[in-house]
Amino acid sequence: MASILRYGSYVPLFRLRRDRLSPAGRGERAVAGFDEDATSLAVEAAREALRGCPGSPRTVLFASTSHAYGEKLNGAAVQAALDLPSGVRALDVASSASAGLASLGLAAGIADDGPTLVCASDVVVGAPFGPREAAGGDGASAFLVGPADSGGVARILASATNTLEILDVWRGREQPFARQWEERFALQGLVPALAESLEEALRRAGLKVADLDAIAVDAGHPKAAAPLARAAGLRPGQLADDLSAVVGRCGAAHAGVLLAALLDEARPGDRLAVLSAGDGASALVAEASAGIADLRPRRSVRRWVASKVADVPHRTYLKWRGVLPFEPPRRPDPPRPAAPPMRRSLRWKYALVGARCLDCGAAGLPPQRVCPACGALDRGEDVPYADARARVATYTLDHLAYSLQQPVVSAIVDFDIGGRLACELADVDPPRVAIGLELEMTFRCLYKADGVRNYFWKARPRRRAEAASKPASRLPG
Amino acid sequence: MASRGIRDRVSIVGMGCTRFGEHWDRGASDLLVEAAIEACDSAGIERGQIDAYWMGTMASGRSGLLLSEPLRTGYKPVTRVENYCATGSEAIRNAAYAVACGAYDLVMAIGVEKLKDSGYSGLASQAGAPTDGTQASMTAPATFSLLAPAYSRKYGLDEATLRKALTRIAHKNHANGARNPKAQYRRVVPEAVIDRAPRVAGMLGVFDCSGVSDGASAALLCRTEDAHRYTDRPLLLKALSFIAGPADGAKRQDYDYTTFPEVVASAEDAYGQAGVRDPREEISLAEVHDCFTPTELVLMEDLGFSDRGTAWSDTLEGRFEIGGAQPVNPDGGLKSFGHPIGASGLRMMYEMWLQFRGEAGARQVAAPKLGLTQNLGGAPGRCVSFVSVVGPN
Repeated sequence: MASILRYGSYVPLFRLRRDRLSPAGRGERAVAGFDEDATSLAVEAAREALRGCPGSPRTVLFASTSHAYGEKLNGAAVQAALDLPSGVRALDVASSASAGLASLGLAAGIADDGPTLVCASDVVVGAPFGPREAAGGDGASAFLVGPADSGGVARILASATNTLEILDVWRGREQPFARQWEERFALQGLVPALAESLEEALRRAGLKVADLDAIAVDAGHPKAAAPLARAAGLRPGQLADDLSAVVGRCGAAHAGVLLAALLDEARPGDRLAVLSAGDGASALVAEASAGIADLRPRRSVRRWVASKVADVPHRTYLKWRGVLPFEPPRRPDPPRPAAPPMRRSLRWKYALVGARCLDCGAAGLPPQRVCPACGALDRGEDVPYADARARVATYTLDHLAYSLQQPVVSAIVDFDIGGRLACELADVDPPRVAIGLELEMTFRCLYKADGVRNYFWKARPRRRAEAASKPASRLPG
Repeated sequence: MASRGIRDRVSIVGMGCTRFGEHWDRGASDLLVEAAIEACDSAGIERGQIDAYWMGTMASGRSGLLLSEPLRTGYKPVTRVENYCATGSEAIRNAAYAVACGAYDLVMAIGVEKLKDSGYSGLASQAGAPTDGTQASMTAPATFSLLAPAYSRKYGLDEATLRKALTRIAHKNHANGARNPKAQYRRVVPEAVIDRAPRVAGMLGVFDCSGVSDGASAALLCRTEDAHRYTDRPLLLKALSFIAGPADGAKRQDYDYTTFPEVVASAEDAYGQAGVRDPREEISLAEVHDCFTPTELVLMEDLGFSDRGTAWSDTLEGRFEIGGAQPVNPDGGLKSFGHPIGASGLRMMYEMWLQFRGEAGARQVAAPKLGLTQNLGGAPGRCVSFVSVVGPN
């Protein structure tokens, strides 16, 4: 049918403890930083999937229930940030938590038409102190799907999707938070849909439930697992961790994050199934390929989960998400970036492409006609900086600048491949910043103005499980 | 590169300066009129005698009409000048060249800024040309705060000693300003208060930053041979240098944030024009761009007043205080005056005017021979710089 050629996942750095929301709360959920949105999360996961991968996908599918723009192709920003050619066909898939897994099934179906990059991401915002706020999570997954004979990490054996018109979760265009019907009603509709989609996918794959080594279920309801296991005849050991205790349900991205976690651990030949509920259900059955060990992304889901700032204050989180109003500093609001200059500097702004002088060899950014080092005219060749390693040359904490999270940490960043950039640091604990700190580049939304998202790159300390697990200072409210 | 200068060919023969401060009751046009009238009175001339005007403002208005309308200058040329925070100095430089070449006989350089109408903290420039949104968003104190850790690292200076030197700069300039009736802040600030001030950026506290104020200042210039018509004590312009740098400090890894190469270049140019060989010995007093305390520290080395890595000890030894060997910012500097951008360069020159006429009162430096003003705009690694050398004969 088709193969998963590469995959990647992303879980943002910050965690909200559920016992801060209610005394009975258990575990924590992942929360995106103030400068992250569905687009930037998708870019993170897709960069993991495409790193070192030759060629370009033919299609980009971007599934989310929290797309940054209501009108304007969100997948176009993803395509630009990944520096994919304009010949790529990008589509947004929206409105349901099952859109991510359904898109993966769709990509498998069109595999003969060339590779498809399936990105799914979500920033799940619930009403403060409500169940969706606590149960939700922020994260992203990405899969590059191609023809079955092209190798890769896993073979997609079958997929199945069914659609159900059911009022379970809904959010009108004017409503900031989704609502949910009574859970017992949803279960009687969705559990059979999940079981049927699994049954159908297994039938197409020529397998039985007992043949599966692991099954990940993104059911949308914590109480769905037990009746589903009964309905589908699962063994207790088959059911994988649904990451609800450490990440939370990441909307349309969650099934993909669960599949990525399965692939992170799978041995060649392992048969895996992923189920996702939402206005019906989707199922996908895959078999890990012989070459999986060599094609995994640099960072596993487990590694993303372990790298965290553990206890973001609830009021800080609400401010980041725009739920609590924010009193801006007495400074001019940042101006809306202008369309023509953004278009002119597309590869610099979105893909962080700099230049190296063919005469003197000096690399730098942004690209300019006259070489800053030797003065040669029009002798620059493109140099990608998105994956370049960098270090803090010097830095400052700016208490005056406009930001949802003060102080702004601004740094002069020197790249190992040459060149220097003045930029903000993301995901950073101010007391830990020092000259020489190792950095990696990350695609972020710098600010919003007049409804326009100003995307550009920041540098962040390299994500390490041990380094960030204990914040040196509490984030201010 | 030819930079011949116009040594001693042009003189300042009259000056005016408003008090700098929060002028809630006066707009930019009121401040311009006040400074212009005071300058005319000091030269004993009627406004109609002025042939042309150069008016500096960064953002308080546009075009020469900002001056011609309130001052009723008639049908005369008024050139609006803008060059970041060195705008006021640029007005002087361009006005001086116009009389030097003989195009006009008597001209006015005037600068103004009305900052307190914006409601913003600190210096906040209005939206400029539309951009692609990729520019770093650092505020002015943040960019200049980069100098402090770089300086202590390069010269192995511990942070406490550096802090002491920065505090001494702020204390000195406030103490000088306390003796100046035109300053925005006229209080001596105890060093402990400076040390304990709330942080603004990096190691900079509120008292490491210049204030935000409104003000205007004006100068009348003519060829030196005509100066006797207006005053018996003209101030001679010996050097005027202006440099716009390559703005690549935040692009090239070899820039280390302990110097302003643009200032070094403009000082070298100015010393060449004026025939100054040893600025540490020959410059009697200086007004420099102390927008933030580390700026003044680094400027002492860039201007050649201190050897590299020694400005902090010269500062702590009192070299730059009014009673010291080489007084710097005797009028209180940007620290005490605030920084109404278009006016600051002319305000620096106004102190030279007073000092060389012996009219600086409690701030008077004994028998000055040569004075220097230095004015910069932008940020470390990306700036414009102006240096002048002036003297009484």
